[in-house]
Amino acid sequence: MTEILQLVLVGLVVGSIIGLGAMGLTLVYGVFKFANFAHADLMTLAMYLAFFVYVDIGLVGGHIGPFSFGWGMIAAVLFAWAGVAAVSVGADRFVFRRLRARQTGLLNLEIAALGIAIALQAVVQAIWGSAPLRYHHEIHEAWTFAGGLKLKSDQLLFIVLMPVLALGLYVLLHRTRLGTAMRATADNAPLAEASGIDTERVRMATWVIAAALTAVAGVMFALQSQLRFDAGFEFLLLPMFAAVILGGIGNPWGALVGGLIVGVSQEVSTEWINTGFKPAVPFVLLIAMLIVRPRGLFGSSIGGSS
Amino acid sequence: MLSLDVLTPLAGELPLLVTFSGGVNWTVGFLTTAAIFAIVALALNVQWGYTGTINFGVVAFFGIGAYVSALLTLDPPGQFENYVGGLELPVPVGWVGGMIAGGVLALLVGLPTLRLRDDFLAIATIGIATILRSIANTQEGLVNRARGLNGVPRPLEGMSRDLSIDYDLVLLIMTGLALLVVFLVVRGATASPWGRVLRAIRENEATTQSVGKMTTSYRIQSFVLGGALMGLAGAIWAHRIGTIAPDSFDNLTTFLVWTMVMVGGSGNNRGVMLGALVVGFVWFGLPLIQEELPDFLGSRVFMLRRIAIGLLIVGFILARPQGLLAEEPRVSRFAPRGEGGGGSGGGGSGGWLGALRMRLRGRPGEGG
Repeated sequence: MTEILQLVLVGLVVGSIIGLGAMGLTLVYGVFKFANFAHADLMTLAMYLAFFVYVDIGLVGGHIGPFSFGWGMIAAVLFAWAGVAAVSVGADRFVFRRLRARQTGLLNLEIAALGIAIALQAVVQAIWGSAPLRYHHEIHEAWTFAGGLKLKSDQLLFIVLMPVLALGLYVLLHRTRLGTAMRATADNAPLAEASGIDTERVRMATWVIAAALTAVAGVMFALQSQLRFDAGFEFLLLPMFAAVILGGIGNPWGALVGGLIVGVSQEVSTEWINTGFKPAVPFVLLIAMLIVRPRGLFGSSIGGSS
Repeated sequence: MLSLDVLTPLAGELPLLVTFSGGVNWTVGFLTTAAIFAIVALALNVQWGYTGTINFGVVAFFGIGAYVSALLTLDPPGQFENYVGGLELPVPVGWVGGMIAGGVLALLVGLPTLRLRDDFLAIATIGIATILRSIANTQEGLVNRARGLNGVPRPLEGMSRDLSIDYDLVLLIMTGLALLVVFLVVRGATASPWGRVLRAIRENEATTQSVGKMTTSYRIQSFVLGGALMGLAGAIWAHRIGTIAPDSFDNLTTFLVWTMVMVGGSGNNRGVMLGALVVGFVWFGLPLIQEELPDFLGSRVFMLRRIAIGLLIVGFILARPQGLLAEEPRVSRFAPRGEGGGGSGGGGSGGWLGALRMRLRGRPGEGG
């Protein structure tokens, strides 16, 4: 029993990372209506941009409380956010916006996104190499809780950080003018434009908000395991898409719950099946969902239930 | 050196499987590789170019074809090997088996996804390659795990020895013939009424449904045909190189084939074969000039060519979405040669050549 509970706990950590990443992905999906296949590689880019500040420049700072990283990590995450936002907005300006204007269909946007993903991945590999990297090499002891459950302080932070960021996104989407404009654009872009909303500005804001989630999730992933140039495409893309579809496309809270479901079932499955089958778990969830309820658990709308 | 490392991202990770010396030998080896990739490109053209379904897991269908064909034709496992099969069947049986395996995998992935939104298949196929590779790497007693399968029989090797013809040349001729057959099959299928339904689905699925076509069924048929041809190409690949391992089937192969189709021209069968040749030449040729490049670039040539294919895809979608050879607007040789009836029929390559010819001719539609 303890073993299973331990796996559930690790699953929640992994699920928080997948869920945060999936929230950004689903936000873009909801506003732009296309599956951004470069999302996971933007996450990879975020890991390495943070590495640039934290290790290459060496801005570590004193340790924050019990956590494995120093104050410099905050600057590193902010830098990663800025970098990912700049790349996303740049890609939109030079590629996606032109394809939107041409109305060539969403599938062309998805293939262009794949092209961007390939290039991003190779750029990261060309700069930082193929060998896995870490932010630090210290041994980081886990805390033992009642019942022999073990959790590292970082992992506890991830589990706590996820609902905090989700709440922030909720406030942004439901309590600000920008959020209202974003939901209107996602629901019906021409109508939103006709009512005087600058939809292009809303789209740029969407990229920037998604970039924040991407940066945090990316750094969390790298702290939890390690930095690899192909981490996004190989390990994160499918689980994030599974989370998005489980929760309903364009629904951030759905993506969050979907991420937790994917994370927990991925980890718990290793109790019974060969770990080599782990990547198949999100795939099976995805296919099952498509067969049973393709709209997702909670329906697809940025506003929540539709 | 010949970069047969198409399926391995980093040079030097695997020993070079075939060593060529001199430009002629490189060319023979390159053309064989390009012909195999041209088969995969034609297969993707059926799926994406004609039907508009996205398959981001091309390498899964290619890989399963390679593995099934190898397992059907290999000797039974030896002392330190552990895999199923090893049936010692003749190579052509392996090819057919690889084809069937690719088709069945396509059916399994396509059935639950193809009746839904367009992008669900794209998402589903992303994972399938990673999953199959992970299982092949870790499941004991299936495909010999990461140690891979060695000594996959090479067809007609004995004959080439008896007739003292260079085996690489035999391989090239054999692969070329396979490509020719696949091209004729794909051209026949896509030019038929069946193929016209596929194009109609790509342009407007709702309208196609409204004239009584079961579009989902057609989409599945096209996806299975593509998957089967990818499986065949994988089988040919396995018997050509003789050794396959899970990690040699990574996503790079998928990306490369997509670049070939987007550069060559989606929806034009000659175009995607040209794309396989051109993109393949850039991809396999670039490492040859590694020594000539400044050190900073030379040491990163394998990443540079990946950046290059990513940018090629984006660049072509933006600047020349129709590819090098555009799709021929005339859908049937029985259709009247009217507006937009590009090319002059036999041998007309349509696209820019046809357009140019029409412009030179003055008024379109009066030429033929």
